Amino acid sequence: MNPQTNISLPRPTITPVSQPFWDSIKQGKLTLQQCEKCLDWVFYPREHCPHCFHDELIWREASGYGHLVTWSVIYRAGHPAWQELTPYIVGIVKLEEGPSLLTHLLIEEKDVFHLMEVEMDIQEIGPHPLPFFKKKEEN
Amino acid sequence: MARRPKGSIIGIGELKPVRYSTGKTTLSLIAESVRLAIQDAGISKGEVDGLLVGPQVGETPQHVPATVSEYLGINPAMSNTVDLGGATGPGMIWRAAAAIEAGMCETVVCVLANKNEKGETLRSPNRNPIREFDVPFGASGANTSYALLKRQHMEEYGSTQEEFAHLAYWARKNAQKNPDAIFYGKPAEVDDILASPLISDPLHLLEIVMPVAGGAAVVVTSEENANRGRHKPVYLRGAGEKITHRAVSQAPATNQLPFSYSIPKALEQAGINITDIDLFSLYDCYTSVVAVTLESAGLCKPGEFGSFVKSHTFGHDGDYPLNTHGGQLGFGQADLAGGMSHVIEAVHQLRGEADQRQIKDANLSLVTGNGATLSETTALVLGGER
Repeated sequence: MNPQTNISLPRPTITPVSQPFWDSIKQGKLTLQQCEKCLDWVFYPREHCPHCFHDELIWREASGYGHLVTWSVIYRAGHPAWQELTPYIVGIVKLEEGPSLLTHLLIEEKDVFHLMEVEMDIQEIGPHPLPFFKKKEEN
Repeated sequence: MARRPKGSIIGIGELKPVRYSTGKTTLSLIAESVRLAIQDAGISKGEVDGLLVGPQVGETPQHVPATVSEYLGINPAMSNTVDLGGATGPGMIWRAAAAIEAGMCETVVCVLANKNEKGETLRSPNRNPIREFDVPFGASGANTSYALLKRQHMEEYGSTQEEFAHLAYWARKNAQKNPDAIFYGKPAEVDDILASPLISDPLHLLEIVMPVAGGAAVVVTSEENANRGRHKPVYLRGAGEKITHRAVSQAPATNQLPFSYSIPKALEQAGINITDIDLFSLYDCYTSVVAVTLESAGLCKPGEFGSFVKSHTFGHDGDYPLNTHGGQLGFGQADLAGGMSHVIEAVHQLRGEADQRQIKDANLSLVTGNGATLSETTALVLGGER
């Protein structure tokens, strides 16, 4: 049997600490932790502030806006389940609140540019909604 | 003079890389590498009282030093697993010296090897938080991480595809003087590199290392015992190390990546300047790493590697000899052992035994190692004299 025929898109491996992040994504919201003491925003989710090491982090709704630091058009996927969806684009978004995250971009290659403004667009991929990003819409 | 770990390299062993291994275990390749290294040193395995090994995905995930010791039939008084990705090899060298100076042992074998069976893909079971927050979005593996780094450099500094391709060109060119290199007899021009398929844009296939099977081992002893080996000893003159992050999305700014600490630290320990270096043996899993390393080393300003690369020559007879063994881009990457190839080449050059690629009067080498995405970095200064 070819081991790749039954392979499915990898889902997030959620931990008790990150569960609130994914719960709010299910409700259509991006929430991040903010340190109660130094007020810095934190990502990835954790129980200790990586800036001041305080141990009280509070989940707060974030704007869902940011700008694109870098991106890659993927032709050969690192995970076999993604291969049939190539080419697609992933990128690093620096959120308005400060932290950066890696995400999937719903932007065509011809429209991508450095530092473009982007906004979250939650997509159902497989069984789990994921915070993808798209070009920020004009208000 | 800054405080520093002191030690000497008295033996090296390296397996000729092959694209795929058959019927091998990583343990057997480790043992073969060690056998070559102690033979080269002219010592028996009974004289080995320290062992540094790397983590092995898929084979011996835990208790690695004990498993390797048992296989080799040695009883080390100091052992450890060094887990710094591509920086593991150089990271082992100063740790070995430090353990010797601390009085724990006298002769340390540092060994890394990798089997590479056709059709076999080893995956770590869980690598949170990357597994949780990167992989589900379609970003798996190093190609994409280094592509993101390269794109950022191009956008921030205006560096070009052609400039990056020059780095791969020199690696392939230098590999033509190393019969052991996987790309020996297979040079590539800049145009060939630019015409190779985009794997993760902006990275082309020929800017990415070829995974191979292989192995490398290095015997480290004290400075005092440097002359017990059969060859001219090579001395550890300085070391620097820095970790700044794990996931590429959490990397610091492109001009603050960790080599900008670890390389100056190694030079400071050695009491030398970057211009004193005869061989630049710089970790090169991708062209984008070499670009950032040249800039972090202070050979050019941040963002200006392109004009530097196009105005100098990087062969053994060039003004900046760089990865004279072909680098990993030309030699092949036997997983973690690929990082050790930069140490091994430095030893060949400083002993004066690099044959047709020998750098004239080579006395000082900068060796770098890099793991994850410019996350774990180690720099060494190796010297032909104390």
